Amino acid sequence: MSAKTYGLIAEFDTPAAILEAAGKVRDAGYHRWDVFTPFPIHGLDKVMGFKNSLVGWFALLFGGGAFVATMGLIWYCNAFDYPLIVGGKPMFSPPMSFVPSYIMLVLGGAVGAFVGMITLNQLPRLHNPLFAKARFALVSRDKFFLVIGANDPKFSETETFRLLEEIGGTHIELVEDED
Amino acid sequence: MAEIATNLETPAPWSNGADGCGANDGRYSTGQAPLAELRRAPVIENNRGLGWLTDKLTAFTEGKTPRWWWMLFLPAAFFATMVLPAMLIYQISTGIGVWGNNHPVMWGWDIINFVWWVGVAHAGTLISAMLFLTRQHWRTTIGRMAEAMTVFSVMMAGLYPAIHIGRAWFAWFMFPVPTYEGMWPQFRSPLMWDVFAVNTYLMVSTMFWYMGLIPDIALLRDRSKTRVRKFLYSLFALGWTGSARQWHHFEKAYVVLAGLCTLLVFTVSSIVGLDFATSQLAGWHATIFPLYFVVGAVYCGFGMVLVLLIPLRKLCHLEDIITPRHLDRICKLTLLSSLCIAYIYLMEYYIAWYGGNPYERWVFGHRLLGHTYWFGGWIMLGVNFLTAQLLWFKRIRQNLKLVFIIAVLINIGMWFERFTIIVGSLYQDFLPANWGFYKQTWVDVGTYLGTLGAFFMMYLLFIRFLPMIPVAEVKSVLPEGNPHHPLGGAKGGKS
Repeated sequence: MSAKTYGLIAEFDTPAAILEAAGKVRDAGYHRWDVFTPFPIHGLDKVMGFKNSLVGWFALLFGGGAFVATMGLIWYCNAFDYPLIVGGKPMFSPPMSFVPSYIMLVLGGAVGAFVGMITLNQLPRLHNPLFAKARFALVSRDKFFLVIGANDPKFSETETFRLLEEIGGTHIELVEDED
Repeated sequence: MAEIATNLETPAPWSNGADGCGANDGRYSTGQAPLAELRRAPVIENNRGLGWLTDKLTAFTEGKTPRWWWMLFLPAAFFATMVLPAMLIYQISTGIGVWGNNHPVMWGWDIINFVWWVGVAHAGTLISAMLFLTRQHWRTTIGRMAEAMTVFSVMMAGLYPAIHIGRAWFAWFMFPVPTYEGMWPQFRSPLMWDVFAVNTYLMVSTMFWYMGLIPDIALLRDRSKTRVRKFLYSLFALGWTGSARQWHHFEKAYVVLAGLCTLLVFTVSSIVGLDFATSQLAGWHATIFPLYFVVGAVYCGFGMVLVLLIPLRKLCHLEDIITPRHLDRICKLTLLSSLCIAYIYLMEYYIAWYGGNPYERWVFGHRLLGHTYWFGGWIMLGVNFLTAQLLWFKRIRQNLKLVFIIAVLINIGMWFERFTIIVGSLYQDFLPANWGFYKQTWVDVGTYLGTLGAFFMMYLLFIRFLPMIPVAEVKSVLPEGNPHHPLGGAKGGKS
């Protein structure tokens, strides 16, 4: 089993330190890096240059789809396949089918948001080279980590190590992945 | 930084007091500290660090099972796993006749309890979703517990319609699946909408709850010491690492889910209300019913939140986390919803009189002065309106034992509200020849006790194996989690 370099990991103590470090890594021109924190940190999105998450579109697509599909289902069931006269009303009308369709819109939207979150985050992911690092277990507790990937064009074991040291990272380690 | 951390009496220019709110929005960056009265109290008392907080909040899931847990769990589990199945098997194999339901009171404890459980669920969603959208930071500590309450009580609510249809093995007729007779459900009926609403409510609130749990399950995974725990928490954490990208999508999805859950607060009970309002029966046939049921549901649910929170806070030693201030706010919300429900009671009686419908006047008169079920109306008005008025007084709100008793009374009062609405309207309809009587049987009581047992059993399992306080969320609203706050490591001034 050969091992290849996955990246360099550095540890920080406070949210302010990681925010500052992230800004410096970005300014140094790195592209393939990520920050790991126990909770979302305000301002990090901006520093890392994230665009608006696509989760909202997932929700809209699933929710809208469910709304239209339920309308169609009700039309098919009560007006087309087995026309049903109830109280002399039209076989199908939007008001009567609105409530179940709206409920399904909520369900579809929620499923969309959940599926969107899972898909965009590429979860479930049961193997992650970072889990091999013992200190990385603190990521959900009170430590903040910054990882610069070996696939970054600017990555160099010595230069990147020095940068992480300069910006105040501690416990800088090389992360290896199974080939 | 050390002196800043200990000297919170005089907040520096960059801080927004001991607030613990998200990012400093620059309001106080002019060098003036906010007035003491304007400063918010911290979400968590005593300025604990992130590590301390993590240990504290996971302690209950990782420590030894305390004796009180077993003492509560065993009876709950007995009712959930022995009484409830026995009642269900007896009722399903024999028929609805084992219940008290009979002509003309076709809806009895089954629907009373259905509406009651749906109601209990609503406050959980209101706290976890609506207060999230309105950025109420105090809600972070109690949000998870309220959500769990929602999930388990919707499960209990969903049980009742399924068994109340009589031949429970035909429950699948309610879903639009092709059958050999080529029949479809009738989508004009609010009872049909109910099927959609309750199932959606269960699924959406479960998803909302689980998604919020993912980072905290990852926390338990990282802390777990035994192989079994590690395996199971790893499985349910889905490989969460807490990377900035993950948080970015997570936060967006959480907002979307919270928004959708907020819609459900108003939708599900409205539809339950429509089950009643679309019938022709005096006492049910009123346009106020959807709103009536939403307000009643939220009110009842706040009562249940207090019933759960007050003992658990003490038993799990969470006094620093769930501060009296949080409970005080729930009390105030309870008071507010009691005023809303009082307004609706008043309006209901007013319309019954003003509407001039003799049948409706008859029903409402008999709710208070009738010969059989008059007590229900008095309990409904007396407990739901009068008892909650005690919460106007700060001294009563601070006396948690008293608040607990009031909360239990609210739950009982709201149960009797449903009793009054359902039985009180059904037992005397338009023709005196149709009048009848309703009395519950031991099967009704047993089924209800069984669902209570199942609810508490699941709740106790939840607090034992999952973090009952959203750890990541609490950390993110603390000053220690704010990169622009000195406790979060900011070096003075605005960073």
